[in-house]
Amino acid sequence: MRLPPFQSLVDAHASELHRFLVASVGPTDAEDCLQETLLSALRAYPRLRDATHLRAWLYTIAQHKATDAVRRSVRHRSEDLDGVNPGHLAEPPHESADEALWTRVRALPPKQRAAVIHRFVFDLAYKEIGMRTGTSEEAARQNVATGLRRLRMEVDR
Amino acid sequence: MTELEHPLSRLPASAPFDANAAASMLAQRATEGGLADVAYGWLDSPLGKLIVAVTPRGLVRIAYEREAEEEVLRELAEGVSPRVLRAPQRTDVARRELEGYFAGTLRAFDLPIDWTLVDGFALGVLRATARVPFGHVATYGEMAASAGSPRAARAAGNALHINPIPIVVPCHRIVPASGGIGGYGGGEDRKKFLLELEGAIPAWEPSRPRQ
Repeated sequence: MRLPPFQSLVDAHASELHRFLVASVGPTDAEDCLQETLLSALRAYPRLRDATHLRAWLYTIAQHKATDAVRRSVRHRSEDLDGVNPGHLAEPPHESADEALWTRVRALPPKQRAAVIHRFVFDLAYKEIGMRTGTSEEAARQNVATGLRRLRMEVDR
Repeated sequence: MTELEHPLSRLPASAPFDANAAASMLAQRATEGGLADVAYGWLDSPLGKLIVAVTPRGLVRIAYEREAEEEVLRELAEGVSPRVLRAPQRTDVARRELEGYFAGTLRAFDLPIDWTLVDGFALGVLRATARVPFGHVATYGEMAASAGSPRAARAAGNALHINPIPIVVPCHRIVPASGGIGGYGGGEDRKKFLLELEGAIPAWEPSRPRQ
């Protein structure tokens, strides 16, 4: 099987993967996540059996790295809050409506989060979203719908 | 619905991305982790831009710009390892020696060679070629004989034509027994330039006079 030189994947997809990760984990952690994604991909690359869905494969890895990063940051936040005066727990006052929405997107379950991002940031069809999230087309549609419903409920609250 | 979807499609806006910085960070971390099986960079030479590729075992490829970069990298991916990364610093030693050679200050390369891209008779011919010293020439027949097939001069010529490491494995020093400088994978003008650089042929003469 013929795999293209790994650098050609980096050159073709790094910028979009970065955008996906900014949407998934925020701008601060996106760069680290991108490096983790590319390193993991590079490590596994020679053992790949299928060279036809390399982009979808990279997004699946990025989604896992994003999930790890979100878990880590949630853990950090709760550690930071130990022994903090509850009066300081209010939302930061300067967060815009868009930022608040993205904070909630990042808190969605991993597959819903990835599906919503692929749908609205990249404007992808459900079939492609399914490939990139490792699910069927139908499950991708479901993930987007459930994710949106959840976001809307929180907005309305 | 739109009140949600509109902001979703608009973000993330404020996220500049430096592709070069990300690629060199990856190259560095991959090298540290032993994952950069093939590293490549470029060199501006009097013979045009050269692609220089190395592996942990040594220099594996030099390509003149007449070969498409995409092709060269694909060949490395298939012939050596698909873990091909742009990591110019890894090629620094080879690039410095090449610069010295073109500047006339270095006559013998001291670079380990990775022969992965060559095998069989061609490997014998190229190993013999690697022993022809600076400023000297040898014939295709002599290289064929060194590789164990004295009558295979033409096959030796073919092997030299597809030498993956020109300049350092000096296929330009191999000429026809019948006279003239013969062909060159990188083009005859480059062969002439290299032979003149080494003083193997006088710089004012288009080629060695026919016998």
